[in-house]
Formats: sequence, structure tokens, C-alpha cells
Amino acid sequence: MKYMLMMNHPGKAPYQMASWPKEDIGRHIQFMMSFAAKLGAAGELVAAEGLGGPEQAKRVRAGDDGKPITDGVFPEAKEFLVGYWIIDVDSPERAYQIAAEASAAPGRGGKPLNMAIEVRQVMSPPPPDMA
Amino acid sequence: MPAAAESDVVTAIKRLLREVAPQVLGVIVRRYRDFTACEDAVQEAFIAAAAQWPREGMPDNPRAWLTQVASRRITDQVRAEAARRHREALVVSLIPADEQIAHAADTDGATERDDTLDLLFMSCHPALSPASAIALTLRAVGGLTTAEIARAFMVPEATMAQRISRAKQTIKTSGVAFEMPEGGDLAARLGSVVHALYLMFSEGYAASSGTEIIRTDLSGEALRLTRMLHGLVPDETEVAGLLALMLLTDARRAARTGPVGEIVPLDQQDRSVWDRDAIAEGVELITRTLPKGRVGPYQLQAAIAAVHDEAATAAETDWPQILALYGVLARLSDNPMVALNQAIAIAMVDGPAAGLKRLDEVAADPRLAGHHRLDAVRGHLLERAGDLAGAIASYRRAAERTASIAERNYLLMQAARLRDVEKAGAAPTTG
Repeated sequence: MKYMLMMNHPGKAPYQMASWPKEDIGRHIQFMMSFAAKLGAAGELVAAEGLGGPEQAKRVRAGDDGKPITDGVFPEAKEFLVGYWIIDVDSPERAYQIAAEASAAPGRGGKPLNMAIEVRQVMSPPPPDMA
Repeated sequence: MPAAAESDVVTAIKRLLREVAPQVLGVIVRRYRDFTACEDAVQEAFIAAAAQWPREGMPDNPRAWLTQVASRRITDQVRAEAARRHREALVVSLIPADEQIAHAADTDGATERDDTLDLLFMSCHPALSPASAIALTLRAVGGLTTAEIARAFMVPEATMAQRISRAKQTIKTSGVAFEMPEGGDLAARLGSVVHALYLMFSEGYAASSGTEIIRTDLSGEALRLTRMLHGLVPDETEVAGLLALMLLTDARRAARTGPVGEIVPLDQQDRSVWDRDAIAEGVELITRTLPKGRVGPYQLQAAIAAVHDEAATAAETDWPQILALYGVLARLSDNPMVALNQAIAIAMVDGPAAGLKRLDEVAADPRLAGHHRLDAVRGHLLERAGDLAGAIASYRRAAERTASIAERNYLLMQAARLRDVEKAGAAPTTG
């Protein structure tokens, strides 16, 4: 079964990482790289992407003429999505375990961030007897 | 051991098939026009070869063998269709008059050259978007499978299959696909080919997102195809320039990323791991090409890369020469990225204040509005000027604006490094 693990960044400030010392940033990046590599090697990684900053984000709606109407930066946002992993695992427990590992990514001073990771199941095709 | 011997033969056959693929497809496309049908026919010929050759040995002229088998397949196919529809005339209209009588297999070197060129011109058709042109070139000329191309672009295979099929459709409807361009048009079409190969190389050279998904070596493929193109048109100086630029850039590959996949800038790279053979080849090629007199942007960029590659240490870089080359390049091409690099060269020769002055002029270009490279260069120059707070702010702004994770991480690290310097109250490091 597939799950999407979403990493949200609290607040409006672009990246909390930007205020860390150099070694801490390096440690965090290293963790993220080896985390993805490990999931890949275990055959559990489907996709992983980081997203651009919120100051480039737009909200788009179709106008009456079908043309896009874009809405700029969102000052009211309390958090924003910075990236996600899609994993393919045998059980929801395994998905939670992986999410917990991501949550404990090292932050300032190497201390675990314990950030909230949102886990959502990816919808699958219908079972064979329904198809 | 027979098993090993057999696999050697298979490997040799595979390599040969890949080499002759564009030539065979070129001949067939030129003769029968319908790209999709031709590709199928060539594919079938290759399957026949893979089954027959290991058993019966390779024919004396593999290319002619494949061309003939593919021709037969497509003629059969056209005839069968025509018979089914009772439209025998179709066969006649699809087969050029001089081909309607049994033809000898091609062995002529000039034809071989034109066939591959034709295929390149078609794949890099100006009606295609660069992304489509690259995909089609990899498929038709590079001989990569759709799955391999999809992996290289990190998109699902079905998406890539659709993209390639739409590219073929675009070429078909544009109507000017199969005529060998002449004169000025030839130069323009060659320009499209060179541009597509350059983008293919850059796509591969850009740092990956860091996940362990195997990325087909696009830079290597671009290098191989450019080398082939250079072999076909050795007198085209910009093709030679592009090949030299690729060699001189790719030579630094091993040194350009650090242990956590972060970008290592040129001045901090370990030059002992640069590929000396590639540098020697690139330098020799650009040195031989420049005096021919038709200097273009790719040759100039290659010349700049050569100056960097030939410096034993970053400090020994001949910046006045690089600045002079950027001056010529800026006059040739109205590219704001060139102007940005020129500002860096000015700073290296005349000091950071002069570089920042040039940067302010460049920043007025609306094409650079909000571009992260502008902030990144400003950060670099402000740091050299000793304005740490300004440099940190610029690096952070650039980090927020870049779309590359590797580059964002690099910029955040730069800002963090300067904050550490600020805190320690030490003198700023230049370089």
C-alpha cells in the first residue's frame, strides 16, 4: 500500500534552516539524502520531491472565460508544504515508522526536530473482483 | 568458456546495433517518410538481427543488411495495407520513383553521413519544444528506449511515450520534415540541433534532487552525440565549440559536488580529480577551432572554460583573459546570464566595487527580475567587498528563489558560513 508523507514547515518565515550554523545545515542535508537513499535501497521509495518556497506559490482559479486568475502570496498561512515522499510499504505501521524517522531529522545543534509529518494513504485501483 | 564467449558476441552486436541505429533509421525515414512506421520496421530488423547474428554470424555489411530487412518489412506493410484497401497506388506514391526498382544496399559514406544528419535535423525540428526535441533525439539518434528517456527526465514512461508520439505528430503536420535544409536554412537548423544538444548536456549536468533514482547519463549521451555530429560536419566551428565546451565542463564533474551532494564552486574544487585527458582534448579542439575565424558563443564559452581548466590553482586563473572573452561574448549574444558572469570577471580584475557597479546595470534587465542568480552573484560580490550582512541577506534571498535543492542548500550554507564568520568577529575570507 502506498502512502504520502508530507513535511510541513511551521510559520511564514521561509526556512528555519536558514538561521542554523553551517554544521547543522550540513547534518540535516546529509540526513535527508541518506534517508531517501535508504528508502530507495529498501524498495520502499516511489517518489520524493522538495517544493519551492511559499513566496513563489500562487493560488489559481479559472475565471468565467476559463482563463487563469492567480492569487499571490498567502500571509494568513500558518504552515506550508516543503516536500513529500511517496512510499510503498506492507503496512500502515511501517509507514508510521518511516514518518517518525523523518520527523526526527536533526535540527539546530543536531537535536531531533520532531516535526509533524502528515501521513495519507494513496488511493489504489479497485480490487480484482470489482473491476 | 562458451557462456562468456557468447555474451561477448551479444555485447558486441548490441554495441554495433546502437551505432548503426541512426543511420539505418535515417535511410528508411528518408525513403518512406512515415516516422512511426519506419521506426517499427527498423525495430523489427534489429530484433531479427539480435536473433540471427549470434547464431549465423554477422553479415559483411551489417548496416546494409539491416536497411534491407527494414525496407522489406515496411514495403510488406505498405503493400498489405494497400491490398486490404484495394489501393495499390499507395505503394507507388509512398516509394520514390528511383526506389521502385530493386535498389542496391547503401554503402556510400556520404549517404551515411546525410542520413544521420537528416535524422538529427528532423529530431531537433524548430517546430518542437526543446524538451520534445531532446526526447526525440535520444530516441531516434541516441537509440535509447522510451523507458530510459523517461528515467532520465524522471517522468512516468507513459508520459514520455506520449511526449515522443506527439513530437512525431508535430513533425508530420509541419510538412517540412524530410527535406535536407540548404544554405541559410541549414545553418539555422544546425543551430537548433546544437541548442538541443547543449540543453541535453545541461539537463544531465544539473545536480539531481538527491534521491537514489538512477538517472540515465544525459551528459554522456549529449557528449557522444555532439562528438558524432562534429565528425559529420568537422568544419562547423560552433559544433566544434560545443564539443570542446562539453569536454572542458564535464572534465570537472568529479570535483563539483561534495560529500552531502552540495555544489562545490569552481574556486574550491579539488583540481587533482579533474579529468586531464578530457581537458587536453577540449583545449586542443578549441585552440584548433578559434583561428578559423567564425567565432560564436559556444566557442567563446569553451575558451573561457579552457582558461579555468588550465589554471593549476584558482588563484592562478587568468581573469583578465576571461574578462576579455566575456566582453566579446556579451557583444555577440544578448544574454543576461553572460552579463552576470561578466560582472564576476570584472570584480576579479578590477575589484568588487567595479563588479557591483556592473551588476547594478545588469539588474535593470527585466529578464532578470526576481532571478536567484542575480542575488547569488550579489552575495558573492558583497562578501568580497567585506559587507557580510549584505552578503548574508543576498544569499538567503537567492536560496528562497532557486528551484534547485542542491543550489538552495549551497546558498544556505554560504549564508551560514558568513554568519559564523560574523560571530567569530574574524576577518572575512575572500575567495
